[in-house]
Amino acid sequence: MSPNLALSVHNVTKNFGGLTAVDQITFDVMEHDVVGLIGPNGSGKTTMLNVISGMLRSSSGKIKLYGRNIARHSANRIARQGISRTFQLVRTLPTMTVAENIAAGGVFSYRRYWGKELNRRIRYMLSHVGLSDKAEMPVAALTYIDQKRVELARALMADPKVLLLDEWLAGLNPSEMKIGINLIRGLRYEGRTIIIVEHHMDAIRSLCDRCVVMNSGVKIAEGNPQAVLNEPEVIRAYLGEENA
Amino acid sequence: MIEDKFLTRRELAGFIIAIVALAIAAMLPVLNTGYILSLGVTIAMYTVLSTSWALFSGPTHYISLATAAFFGLGMYVVGSGIEVLPFPILAIIATCAGAVLAFLIGVATLRLSGIYFVIFTLGLAEFIRQIVTWVQTTMGTSSGLYVLINIEEKTIYWRLLCLAAFVYLIGWGINRSRLGFALRIIGNDEEVAKHSGINVALVKVLLFMISGSIAALTGALLAPRWTYIEPTIAFSPMLSFLVVIMALVGGAQRLWGPILGVIPFALVWDLITAQFPNQTALMLGIAFLLVVYAIPNGIGGQGAKYWAKFKHWRDFRVT
Ligand SMILES: Nc1ncnc2c1ncn2[C@@H]1O[C@H](COP(=O)(O)OP(=O)(O)O)[C@@H](O)[C@H]1O
Ligand SMILES: [Mg+2]
Repeated sequence: MSPNLALSVHNVTKNFGGLTAVDQITFDVMEHDVVGLIGPNGSGKTTMLNVISGMLRSSSGKIKLYGRNIARHSANRIARQGISRTFQLVRTLPTMTVAENIAAGGVFSYRRYWGKELNRRIRYMLSHVGLSDKAEMPVAALTYIDQKRVELARALMADPKVLLLDEWLAGLNPSEMKIGINLIRGLRYEGRTIIIVEHHMDAIRSLCDRCVVMNSGVKIAEGNPQAVLNEPEVIRAYLGEENA
Repeated sequence: MIEDKFLTRRELAGFIIAIVALAIAAMLPVLNTGYILSLGVTIAMYTVLSTSWALFSGPTHYISLATAAFFGLGMYVVGSGIEVLPFPILAIIATCAGAVLAFLIGVATLRLSGIYFVIFTLGLAEFIRQIVTWVQTTMGTSSGLYVLINIEEKTIYWRLLCLAAFVYLIGWGINRSRLGFALRIIGNDEEVAKHSGINVALVKVLLFMISGSIAALTGALLAPRWTYIEPTIAFSPMLSFLVVIMALVGGAQRLWGPILGVIPFALVWDLITAQFPNQTALMLGIAFLLVVYAIPNGIGGQGAKYWAKFKHWRDFRVT
């Protein structure tokens, strides 16, 4: 049986005034695949995720989730259709507890829980990301990695069809990075469909089935991570012309 | 975890305190039917208005100065219909009219950022007042309306108390419902709220409608207090400002916050207006500045902070 097409992005463009941050990007994400979206700073990765999640409206192009158009829909509709995300700069709900922060992802979204069922689900998520002993702490009192865990758990509460992670591993120290990579690897073995934006090449190599490389808003390469990272154009994009 | 019991012990205690307080308040007309009762009506009125204002503005941080628009609308519904329809029907119409007005304002403005919303609501209340004045002076013979219905002040007072109880029930219901949870998320981070599947605009409009319809109903209940109503009374911008100040003095983040501001402020305000009848606007401005500077989280917020400190001391003191 051929795998299902989970998300298809077709000729998507996003302009900010005169700047084209995402320029005619096309790529597909198969069900259960982990796809890396990489490229130098400012190449348009975050903008691409923002367009998929509905935080920004694309200027043109098509985006389909399991065959249904979601391009230019509002973020809350897209979330309800099954796309969850984390943000490059971690966004928690500062006046709430850890449990409440996590709950926020699972009450109004693709899966919706309330009451006892919600609490069961929160407990499961807490243990899944390793925060069981911190459920009732105010989220603002957590360390950086723990806040990132909260954000991941919140995104997972909805049991999304596609999960978008924007530099979820950035800012972690080497030992936290190992924990983080293992967490995402766990999601991969669960069969989740994920797009990860990441700078850390070891993480990309060990986590991704495929990757898409962007530079200045344009897709410059796509395919198996090992092969793609050795392409001259990709090396040039990362190191600059003079080093190639 | 998220509370999933029907009634916690804390809530039960809150209910009992509320019922006792309500019973005591309800006895006021038995003791006095003069000055103190009229002060009681004022306090009950501001309790309803400030508490329902905070239902919307507390979690969303949108400062609405449209209270007078709703209040005046409710008053005018009663004033213009009292000859033809019974009072209870008019009260219902006023409530619905308030909800419709709130819906229109909400759809037009809640996508704006906070500061534009403040200006818009203030401007709107003034605009409605001008329209009403214009309609009355060109179509009618006088600038006001007679409300000739014999309702005693103590009846108005009891009705307002019932409405206050109802507002608290609604507030409690919202706080523990999905709607209340959505509001808290929105108050923390709208972008996260949207990405969690919340229709932010819908939630805000819904809350604004609840708050606006209650203010309109309050206006309707109070109309019989004046035998003659004029746009300057019904749509007074002073009312909108007072409601905001009282809610902020008490603390708009908690359901029981606003009343902590209403009672002292209404008493002090009564003294001030008696002493300086010509400088009320100045006094109001000073009060506004003092409140914002001195108690940014309100009496309720301060109280909660000291309570938390006390609990910390109690639990961790060395014995
Ligand atoms: N909201 C915005 N308004 C204007 N320009 C933006 C906005 N967001 C991003 N950009 C610009 O778009 C380009 C791509 O940015 P971004 O998507 O954040 O890149 P990346 O995530 O790959 O580092 C950058 O030049 C950035 O300055
Ligand atoms: Mg980025």
